[in-house]
Amino acid sequence: MKALVWHGTADVRYDTVPDPEIEQPRDAIVKVTSCAICGSDLHLYDHFMPGMEKGDILGHEFMGEVVDVGAEAKSALKVGDRVVVPFTIWCGECDQCRRGNYSVCERSNRNKAMADKLFGHTTAGLFGYTHLTGGYAGGQAEYVRVPFADRTHVKIPDGLTDEQVLFLGDIFPTGWQAAAQCDIQPTDTVAIWGCGPVGQMTIRSAILLGAKQVIAIDRVPERLSMAKAGGAITINFEEESVVERLNELTGGKGPEKCIDAVGMEAHATATLDSMYDRAKQALALESDRAHVLREMMYVCRPAGTLSIPGVYGGLIDKVPFGMSMNKGLTWRMGQTHVNRWTDDLLRRIQEGQIDPSFVITHSVGLADGPGMYQTFRDKRDGCIKVVLKP
Amino acid sequence: MAYYRRNSSADRMARGLGWFSIGLGVAELVAARRLARWMGMEEQAGLIRTYGAREVATGVGLLAMGDARPWMWGRVAGDALDLATLASAHHDGNPRRENVATALGAVAAVTALDVLCTAMLHREEATAWTPPRDYSDRSGLPRPPAAMRGAAKDAPIPADMRTPDILRFEPAEV
Ligand SMILES: [Zn+2]
Ligand SMILES: [Zn+2]
Repeated sequence: MKALVWHGTADVRYDTVPDPEIEQPRDAIVKVTSCAICGSDLHLYDHFMPGMEKGDILGHEFMGEVVDVGAEAKSALKVGDRVVVPFTIWCGECDQCRRGNYSVCERSNRNKAMADKLFGHTTAGLFGYTHLTGGYAGGQAEYVRVPFADRTHVKIPDGLTDEQVLFLGDIFPTGWQAAAQCDIQPTDTVAIWGCGPVGQMTIRSAILLGAKQVIAIDRVPERLSMAKAGGAITINFEEESVVERLNELTGGKGPEKCIDAVGMEAHATATLDSMYDRAKQALALESDRAHVLREMMYVCRPAGTLSIPGVYGGLIDKVPFGMSMNKGLTWRMGQTHVNRWTDDLLRRIQEGQIDPSFVITHSVGLADGPGMYQTFRDKRDGCIKVVLKP
Repeated sequence: MAYYRRNSSADRMARGLGWFSIGLGVAELVAARRLARWMGMEEQAGLIRTYGAREVATGVGLLAMGDARPWMWGRVAGDALDLATLASAHHDGNPRRENVATALGAVAAVTALDVLCTAMLHREEATAWTPPRDYSDRSGLPRPPAAMRGAAKDAPIPADMRTPDILRFEPAEV
């Protein structure tokens, strides 16, 4: 079959690879009908995340049709079922899964020993996302093997297009969880850093959950225009001071809830701290850039909440922890517990409360994937979200 | 690791020049006195050290910052400074005049590379620019956002994601 394969930094190719097969009784094989490039794929593309190996198949946002089912998954799935596959693989039986903490499932990471060593304890296995999270082949391919498939899926009823439901596998629940874990109250101002695909989903989620005011921060004009369409007040940080504007919009008190939808590769602005980060990262002295985190800690209203869906990989430096401690901030973060949210979100899509396909700006064949990685990373051609059709 | 937002030939060249800058800068910092003696510029060792620090700073800038252009302009300006300094040492009274000429040649060659790279970066930027798209019609919501505010207030927020009452900012109930 054909798949998008990682060969090294900024080197993704459309290769021919062996077809996947059932390896475990709980596996299923899914024929991919649509997949997407996620913002966090860019961390792999640019090789900011450790644990990638030449030959790895990328992609963790995908959906398709079940074409083969292992013996123990037959109770939940049958050939012909249409499913979205969540990027967090969960077993449904471990202590964490039973609590609904699917993104830290204790059993789905087959490279658990490696993750135990690096993180102290393992987190869940993820599709197409480094060997630290299991080294599972990703979904930017014609076929995918889905482990623990009896749990790791969202069944899609007829009558909904791929485009409407595809993002249930990642960015929609990710944006939703980012807002949900802020426990938004009708009096809240929610500030969101980053208007990429997850940022866009977060904006709509915060509006639907009833925030009084949603403020979105970015620098790319087309992303800002999409953010505005979703109901956000926008701040272009290259044109105005984020701190001053947020104070102005909150009567000097600061936003109650701050969300980092950017992650480790914050844009190096003219601020001293972000240049410091860039320089340290260039010399391999620091893995992640913490500018957004610092800014959130600074502007957030005391006793407020910081929510972090943005992906970080390793170490950050010069984080003003005293500021956070003294202000009594609550931090909530983590990969998304996708299946916690999908029943509710699927219903909202069916009822027409939201149509996540608004975010798609580019739809091309899988063969054009390598080029689209570059277009997406460089934010060229008005690119916000790419869907690929195998 | 890639520090660049792009991977064009101009970007790769800028990155190469960044590493070159760091290498040269470090050499100038540690061997300033020896270099100065070699060119018959003994009194200028301090200046060479300053230039070394400048080279390291531009090098890191080139490797680390998204937009290489300002740093490339920094290199071009630095080249001009180097050339002027070397030219002032290139006179009949200097017994090491030959060595100064060699250095001048080397710097001139690097200057040509710097200018070429800067021009390439600018050309790339000019051809890449397209007017921003207007996505003001992409709300994803069936009605205007103001009308949709709170439509999902009934959503189940699990207990582990609830804010303790005391930390909520809702006006306190009396
Ligand atoms: Zn993702
Ligand atoms: Zn589990």
